[in-house]
Amino acid sequence: MIENQNIQREEMSYDVVIIGAGPSGLATAIELKKLNPETSVCIIEKGSEVGAHILSGNVFETKALDELIPDWKEKNAPIKTKVSMEEFLFLNKKNGMNIPTWLLPKSLQNHGNYIISLANLCRWLGEQAEALEVEIFPGFAASEIIYNEDGSVAGIQTGDMGVDKEGQPKDTFEPGIILKGKVTVFAEGCRGHLGKQLIKKFELDKNSSPQQYGIGFKEIWEVDETQHQEGKVLHSVGWPLDPKTYGGSFCYHAENNQIYIGYVIGLDYQNPYLSPYDEFQQFKTHPKISKILKGGKRISYGARALIEGGLQSLPQMHMPGALLVGCDAGTLNMPKIKGSHTAMKSGIIAAETIQQHLYDKKELSVFDTIFKNSWLYQELYEARNVKPSFRWGLIPAMIFTAIDQLIFKGKLPFTLNHLHADHETLKLAKDSKKIDYPKYDGQLTFDKASSVYLTGTNHAENQIIHLQLKDPKLPISYTLEKFDEPSIRYCPAGVYDIQYNKEKDESEFIINSQNCIHCKTCDIKEPSQNINWVTPEGGGGPNYANM
Amino acid sequence: MKILVAVKRVIDYNVQIRVKPDNSGVEKDNVKMSMNPPDENAVEEAIKLKDSGEVTEVVIVSIGQEKCQDTIRTALAMGADRGILVKAGDDIEPLAVAKTLKNIVEKEKPNMVLLGKQAIDDYCNQTGQMLSAILNWPQGCFVSELGINDSAITISREIDEGLEQLEIQLPAVVTCDLRLNEPRFASLPNIMKAKKKPIEIIEIESLGVDTIPKVKYLKVEEPPVRQGGVMVADVKELIQKLKYEAKVI
Amino acid sequence: MSVLVVAEHNNVSLKSSTLNTIQAASQIDKDIHLLVCGFQNDEVVNQASTLEGVNKILQLNDEIIQHQLAEHVSQVIINLSKNYSHILAPSSTFGKNFMPRAAAILDHSQISDISGVISPDTFIRPIYAGNAIATVQSLDPVKFITVRTTSFEPVEIVGGSASIEKISLNLEGIATKFLDRKEAKSERPELGSARVVISGGRGLENGDNFKLLNEIADKLNAAIGASRAAVDAGYIGNECQVGQTGKMVAPELYIAVGISGAIQHLAGMKESKIIVAINKDEEAPIFGIADYGLKADLFQALPEISKELDLLNDIAK
Repeated sequence: MIENQNIQREEMSYDVVIIGAGPSGLATAIELKKLNPETSVCIIEKGSEVGAHILSGNVFETKALDELIPDWKEKNAPIKTKVSMEEFLFLNKKNGMNIPTWLLPKSLQNHGNYIISLANLCRWLGEQAEALEVEIFPGFAASEIIYNEDGSVAGIQTGDMGVDKEGQPKDTFEPGIILKGKVTVFAEGCRGHLGKQLIKKFELDKNSSPQQYGIGFKEIWEVDETQHQEGKVLHSVGWPLDPKTYGGSFCYHAENNQIYIGYVIGLDYQNPYLSPYDEFQQFKTHPKISKILKGGKRISYGARALIEGGLQSLPQMHMPGALLVGCDAGTLNMPKIKGSHTAMKSGIIAAETIQQHLYDKKELSVFDTIFKNSWLYQELYEARNVKPSFRWGLIPAMIFTAIDQLIFKGKLPFTLNHLHADHETLKLAKDSKKIDYPKYDGQLTFDKASSVYLTGTNHAENQIIHLQLKDPKLPISYTLEKFDEPSIRYCPAGVYDIQYNKEKDESEFIINSQNCIHCKTCDIKEPSQNINWVTPEGGGGPNYANM
Repeated sequence: MKILVAVKRVIDYNVQIRVKPDNSGVEKDNVKMSMNPPDENAVEEAIKLKDSGEVTEVVIVSIGQEKCQDTIRTALAMGADRGILVKAGDDIEPLAVAKTLKNIVEKEKPNMVLLGKQAIDDYCNQTGQMLSAILNWPQGCFVSELGINDSAITISREIDEGLEQLEIQLPAVVTCDLRLNEPRFASLPNIMKAKKKPIEIIEIESLGVDTIPKVKYLKVEEPPVRQGGVMVADVKELIQKLKYEAKVI
Repeated sequence: MSVLVVAEHNNVSLKSSTLNTIQAASQIDKDIHLLVCGFQNDEVVNQASTLEGVNKILQLNDEIIQHQLAEHVSQVIINLSKNYSHILAPSSTFGKNFMPRAAAILDHSQISDISGVISPDTFIRPIYAGNAIATVQSLDPVKFITVRTTSFEPVEIVGGSASIEKISLNLEGIATKFLDRKEAKSERPELGSARVVISGGRGLENGDNFKLLNEIADKLNAAIGASRAAVDAGYIGNECQVGQTGKMVAPELYIAVGISGAIQHLAGMKESKIIVAINKDEEAPIFGIADYGLKADLFQALPEISKELDLLNDIAK
């Protein structure tokens, strides 16, 4: 941000300003226009286009979309591949045990769902929104929250463009502008950098458990025809992850001989030597998996943090002048490993709230009432105890989950709380076991640099580093010393590195911010919460195509 | 004075190119597209000249599918006045593009046509030269400096050896190098305004341009994977190999 | 029919790009003619007369075409085109300037930057900055082609004996006035077009150490490049960055020093003819694509290389 306070900033006003063109933001916009076409709505999106920063598994439940756009089929939504077959594997090093699908909780059964690219669904939703005269501005990051004098949210300011490393304006300097809304909707996705500020300022989480996060990886592979079964959904738990760490894999057979394969690991892991990226790479070498990928070609890679805390971690989603929706608040259903339909539903609820606020003079707190009476609340309530039970380890948790989900259908009369925030869970390096990950073979497993290359990530050169250290000394004096600098391992894009400077005879903490794929893991996991992720120049970051 | 700027919609330069499995071309579905980078320099230069008062109107033309309107809008948001989209198939070759542009030039009668020096997709580096040839106008290619005085321009051209300076009588065709300027960002209010600027749509058939390709793309393949060579024991061996085996020093 | 190659020169000496272009021509047809147009260009014609594979030299010596402006060179080509099935020029800023112009005047397409000859009408050329390779077939009666010089070996400069035919043409005046030509100010060649590039990476540890590359660059007349990591770390300016987001280079010799070989970097230099990698980490991915790899501490290797190059030069003297 430029120091000079005298910059003249243009100001634009809308009834509703939405931050983020993901499923929740787009659903909010579309529902608002359906309720009243006169409501003026704009969406700003930091990705270079709608969908560029969207990454998700994704097995899609159409429940919310059926409400939002009932004729989505006629409108040719990119939702084509019906789930036709399901498998759940319990992996050990050499083998895998099939768990019969009838034994799986309902939340893990995907009959009637579709295998989709969420990025492409968002592109399509963007077109639907624009057809309803929603203004969408991709390539602009919301960098600051603007408040009214009474402390309520007035809108946001977009980031300045053309500012150099030192914070000085370049020839191309273009000041950010102020976008004001009667209501501002924050739909930034998991760990939005403005959402984080709002939760703190308005103490939205004062009655919630600490939020829980995971990091999810996804690759798209083009595989041999003989290994491809369109519509097949495969999940696994177990190897290569140690039983104390929460996580598992997905492998979806999509159209055109493509496989969406990925891995999710809870960021409450304890061993600072654990490398989520390498766990995922190693997973692909399991005989059950490698046989699918062998001879295929990896065509995409990406990673993104996801929010796993569920109902007990959900902050209050309304505040004066603004709403928090989707994964920016935390509406993902963890046992289902699905957040798209819930995010969209939260957007629909937000739109109903805003409609009543704008035209019936209701307070935004009416959100709570609509939410509590919705299937979304019901669904999150039933799912609430699964994730926290995993602190007992994989096997006890699976037994508990079976009882909770199969027998009691999520209606057990108690709620397990989350005990720690993810940045508090790392053990000291000296008390932890180093992990030797196998070398990358360039066939099934790849180094981080080749992976980041596939994301199409770019940030304009010579701009302020968007990964800010609150205390620049801390990485060396504390994190390196105590935890052997875990960022080198948890960052899925190779942003962080430690380099020894011979002349100064000291180690230096290196931030390759150009590599950043906007996953937010560092902002979540850094043990002293020293890394603050802020928005780089708009349009920067990954350019995901079919993720 | 009026400037016509031709812009092309191409796969964004950050996107990793993927060849289609059937070798018919490269994958474009759901891939981010944007304005060909040196074309942005052409737009920027035209708008700079307009800002300085030398030029009164900047017209943007693009040839291709409906979606090329987005590319035209980007140029309009940077400050151009209006746009023309000539609707055509995806892969028309530079000669047909030049002929189409000639049609537009005859209609619009600009004093100068600006283009990027080459497109980052087909890497042809031909269209500007061809357009100036069939208009029988002078050309200034790979330009990194441009000045206007009355009825002529002085340009610096980036050549392999350094720079070449020419004085060219107008009307002329100029192709722009990345070093010519740094394109501006389109501000959000300007993007809004650009949505209201006019874009005329012309079907290429109505211009009577022959677009039948004279160069057939038989197949598109991935580049061969480079194989590692040998490890040498020491510097001496390295220098010997470079001198007597590879013959590159 | 015969092939006409347009020689690149500065009226004093022939540029080496011409030799590679003749090589490409020889894969199309054995009857190769070389056009040398310019002013007071006898010396160039002299040099060209012994080139391997050239049967005939067409010399146009006329003050009006001293600077070989595109408008003039294309006129010359059009005048000669009826005698040839193919017209080739190097895909340098010289050839790219006039070849499309000449083709368009005759309502022909042009094929840019060929890297291989399959048959007299079918060629290979890189597209998308070398990320894809296209096989293209020309349907035009005369093929106008520019040649990627690094893809073809130069022909020998001796062994041939071409006949010399002086031609004269009435060239039209043009609306362009030549003002000046400045050779690049820097003593180093330009990164994008240098024959040799030596690049440094994070392994150099700081900006000062980049100077270790200068000495070798001087001896090889090389341009200096850098990996993105080195640029990000502030060791050297942006303009030196080789890679996906920097410059794409394809020199005859690329020496990567202390560069691990992030794929972003490889994307910018993998078209180089010979790649040398010097790195102390034998696992560095750069070794996977290097023609010659040397596992060594670069702070020892660089001075040694410099010394060895001196020895070579002494022998040459």
